[in-house]
Amino acid sequence: MLEAILLTIATASTPLLLAGIGELVVERSGVLNLGVEGMMLMGAVSGFAAAQMTGSAWLGVFAALIVGALFSLLFAFLTLSLVTNQVATGLALTLLGTGLSGMLGESYVGRPGLRLGTLDIPGLTDLPIVGHLLFGEDPLFYISIILVIGVSWFLFRTRAGLTLRSIGDNHGSAHALGIPVIGIRYLAVLFGGACAGLAGAQLTLVYTPQWVENMSAGRGWIALALVVFASWRPWRVFAGAYLFGAITIAQLNIQALSMPDMTFLPAPVYWLLATIKAVPSQFLSSLPYLATVVVLVLISRNRRLTMMNTPASLGRAFVPDR
Amino acid sequence: MKKLLFAVTTAAIFGMAVTAQAADKMKACWVYVGPIGDFGYSYQHNLGRLAVQKELGDKVQTSYLENVSEGPDAERAFERLARDHCKIIFGTSFGFMDAEYKVAKKFPNIYFEHATGFKTAKNMGIYNLRWYEGRYIMGQIAAKVSKSHIGGYIVSFPIPEVLMDINAFVLGAHSVDPNFKLKIVWVNSWFDPGKEADAAKALIDQGADVLGQHTDSTAAMQVAEKRGVHAFGQASDMIKFGPHAQLTALEDNWAPYYVSRVKAALDGTWKPDNVWLGIKDDNAVELAPFTNMPDDVKAMAEATKKKIAGGWNPFTGPINKQDGTPWLKDGQVAKDSVLLGMNFYVQGVEGTLPK
Repeated sequence: MLEAILLTIATASTPLLLAGIGELVVERSGVLNLGVEGMMLMGAVSGFAAAQMTGSAWLGVFAALIVGALFSLLFAFLTLSLVTNQVATGLALTLLGTGLSGMLGESYVGRPGLRLGTLDIPGLTDLPIVGHLLFGEDPLFYISIILVIGVSWFLFRTRAGLTLRSIGDNHGSAHALGIPVIGIRYLAVLFGGACAGLAGAQLTLVYTPQWVENMSAGRGWIALALVVFASWRPWRVFAGAYLFGAITIAQLNIQALSMPDMTFLPAPVYWLLATIKAVPSQFLSSLPYLATVVVLVLISRNRRLTMMNTPASLGRAFVPDR
Repeated sequence: MKKLLFAVTTAAIFGMAVTAQAADKMKACWVYVGPIGDFGYSYQHNLGRLAVQKELGDKVQTSYLENVSEGPDAERAFERLARDHCKIIFGTSFGFMDAEYKVAKKFPNIYFEHATGFKTAKNMGIYNLRWYEGRYIMGQIAAKVSKSHIGGYIVSFPIPEVLMDINAFVLGAHSVDPNFKLKIVWVNSWFDPGKEADAAKALIDQGADVLGQHTDSTAAMQVAEKRGVHAFGQASDMIKFGPHAQLTALEDNWAPYYVSRVKAALDGTWKPDNVWLGIKDDNAVELAPFTNMPDDVKAMAEATKKKIAGGWNPFTGPINKQDGTPWLKDGQVAKDSVLLGMNFYVQGVEGTLPK
């Protein structure tokens, strides 16, 4: 049962992690893209549609990645080339993505979808408890982990990463140094879009293999909050996504527990479970959001620390000749 | 963030109200809580609207607003439709009640219809389906097919309609197997496929081998199919998502009612009514074919269905409340008004009611 719960947590956390790590790179470059939810839905619908049309879930993943990136290109063009307001454009992107995906996906509603296969290494996958978790997951789970490692290495261990961060911190100085601010930001936004697209593909090809309008149900917004929660650090996005997933799944499981069957547990554990069970489920559902607020309060308490972590140019318009 | 999103989406939806032209036709309008593509609750209401369009299309034009959140936002949606010259407006979710009631007071010449609520006015009628009739049958089936004697039930919010159905399900199950246990998980959302799937997994991990749901997506059915357990569909026939899992599904068949009410509005014979339609009313509560169960279980389900169609109410005493205090005496039938305001569990339901 523990293994099954851990697997459920991993599945629930992966879309948050994928979208979050992409948005982290975008924000590190100084751009605030609030369109994650819209890009995710576009990825979800195109992943589903491509898989249906071609019969291959992998092509679905690929299509979601491409469409997510292309959709973010619209945002990049508007905010970077035409210097529109990033917040307004991001919100518009979400609205557009929500509506457009619903329209494009209309004929796919009510059709069971393809499921992306899981890894299966004879011997290793059958190991107790960790077997399926480490060696029997779907490919997008591994991609999400690789992305965290990759982004962390890229941002803090490579020169290109340093360049990207410098743009995020002070685009004026970066420009003066001859760094192509707009070009690099384009790439960052595209990366973020591709990641959100993958997160969408995870929804329609792994999590719940079907398409229904608005099926991301706010996960794009959670991913956005996670980036702030993580104070723009990749491993903290990972921790945040899994904390969020774990709290959600744990509270569902605790609700389903029947306490009279739990008397075999040691008294403190029993008492703890009973206490949590007594808390209204509405409150438990809000816990992940509450945790985000608490962390935000904690990190903003120390002004110097906040300044150090936040990309200083985040959300500010940049015009090269200014 | 989420709130902001909702506010912005709703604002945008106002701009997207689907309206056909032709000013001489009467306008009939619908307000949906979810997307019409949810393949569940709102989808079924929209099928009803399409039936109206098909049958009365030469005299009536229909339009709708989807994805309207419950609460204060809904008021703007109703007001907008009222100002848009809709003659009759159907609000299709419990949470629209207060908003619709307020707008109905403001526009006395427009007919309002509200699904699943209890507030009426001179120009506001209410209509509802007796889903609990189907739930009782589902409870019986669940208790028969379950090998672990544990069922799982995924629910949204503790409103009367939902509690009524939990109670009916458990009463049905216990009429067959008094040892049957129902584990209830609240996901606090009508529509979140991911979370519904997570809840289904949690229930199966804890031993449930039959799942019921009072949420709108097909996610739980898919999980049941994958894990090899049984499940009941909700709002639409979900057999495609669970060819080996679905036992039956509770389908909402709104079309006959919508057609008759829009006709009444056309003729000028519309009066606010208060109807609660069930299996006996042209299968307004429709059960999808009984599948994936032994013949004797199917026969039992058919028999119960017939009994209910004949006028028997599953809420017929003796029934006690959860804490053991008597509610209905032997042979006493629950009043509709009590059912519509139901805020308690009956004896046999486990767990505490979220307040």
